[in-house]
Amino acid sequence: MIELRGVRKRFGEQVVLGGVNFDVREGETVALLGPSGSGKSVLLKHINGLLHPDAGSVKVDGLEVPLLRRDELAELRTRIGYVFQNGALFDSMDVFENVRLGLVDETKYRDEEYAEARVLECLRLVNLTPETLKKYPAQLSGGMRKRVGIARAIAGAPKYLLYDEPTSGLDPVNADIIDGLVKHLEEELGVTSVMVTHDVRGAFRVADRLALLYDATIVLEGTPEEFRESTDERVKSFLERDFDPTSFAA
Amino acid sequence: MESTGFHPFRFVGRLVLEGLAHLGRISLMAAELFRGLAEWRIWVPRTVTEAANVGVGSLFIVLLIAAFAGAVTAFQAGYQWQTSLPVYVLGTLIVNTIVLELGPVLIGLVLAGRIGARYAAELGTMRVTEQIDALESLGRSPASHLIIPRVLASTLMLPVLVVIADVVAVAAGWIGVKQVLPVTDWDFAYGAKYFWRSFDAWYSLIKATAFGWAIGLISCYMGFNTQQGAEGVGKSATAAVVTSSVIILLLNTLLAKILLH
Repeated sequence: MIELRGVRKRFGEQVVLGGVNFDVREGETVALLGPSGSGKSVLLKHINGLLHPDAGSVKVDGLEVPLLRRDELAELRTRIGYVFQNGALFDSMDVFENVRLGLVDETKYRDEEYAEARVLECLRLVNLTPETLKKYPAQLSGGMRKRVGIARAIAGAPKYLLYDEPTSGLDPVNADIIDGLVKHLEEELGVTSVMVTHDVRGAFRVADRLALLYDATIVLEGTPEEFRESTDERVKSFLERDFDPTSFAA
Repeated sequence: MESTGFHPFRFVGRLVLEGLAHLGRISLMAAELFRGLAEWRIWVPRTVTEAANVGVGSLFIVLLIAAFAGAVTAFQAGYQWQTSLPVYVLGTLIVNTIVLELGPVLIGLVLAGRIGARYAAELGTMRVTEQIDALESLGRSPASHLIIPRVLASTLMLPVLVVIADVVAVAAGWIGVKQVLPVTDWDFAYGAKYFWRSFDAWYSLIKATAFGWAIGLISCYMGFNTQQGAEGVGKSATAAVVTSSVIILLLNTLLAKILLH
């Protein structure tokens, strides 16, 4: 379970998170919505300790993330897969080595036979063929880079998956493929997922619950139905910019 | 209303605070390096690869600079030569100038540009494209994967390159001085050996090792703390070269004072 309570973060004079409360229960997929620059990625980076809050509490599985020692944090991170916005693939390594680095257990990482089988399995899960193994990130399309990023994040069989804008910069077809993949991974691997996005359409398709981050706070957290029925002007204006939510009524 | 003029106290205060912030961050990085040393399975193979890159990649420019530096030292010695001195002194002059000063300092400054800019740009790009965050999010240490191999490679390879440079520069000086003055091979070798102390070679190696360590540490620090995209990467690369060069000159003076007196 992920629990954020009263999380505050500012960069210089700019308040990015002004006392955010946010929960993710085990086994669910939560989409964190918000306009660009609203602090969604900043919030996500607090969950795996890449950023520390100025105030407030960030707990994962009951562990207070900002207070963890270096080795404890490293251990926690092996349970959290992180999919970066632009893949963040290591450009000096080919796809195989990139995904292999996701094997956070050193014994498994060094076991050539296991590593090869696991990398191939992860590529299959993200619909990539073995032909991509020897390619370098520069030789891949944007959609493929994102999928390799997902393969790397799931290689260590994490309990949680954090997606930072998994569909940004992609055409609608590739965005749909990634959305389908998020849903498929949730069902096949049973992971708990947090997806940061400003793609309302995709969020409604894959998330069990949604949260809208606006003006440094969460203005609404609830099911897609609760979002559709919300009378909050900020929620309505954000949803109406992207699509007509009634068209996604069950 | 706030004055927009120059405030010397505020300026000095900001400089002091920035200096202390750098000192704090570089101390944290040094502590990370020591912790990362335990993960030798990770940094040993990467250090070998990095050292090979530094050594092979820098060899051509090192040979070129050493050959020209040796030859020019010989020509200038010939230009300033006083006939009242015995010619074998030329061997002493050229060898000592190259081994004690020109070899380590010239190669150090050139590699501050070559390796320093590369390290800072590589790590800076990895920082702004979130590759370093990705490494951390996989529970892996950037120190053992990225910094220790680079710092060790430059610390270990600079002495090797300086030895090569010293040999090539002395050879070029030997050939060069024969073109401008009537010096025999025997004279040159006699002069080179007459005032030679084995400490001179150690001094050259100690300086090269210190310069290599400074280049590696400063460049990795600058790259690792890069901010603000492509412009930030450019700033880090420039800062790495300038700071490494200044530190090399300071270390050169400090080591001369400590080790030669």
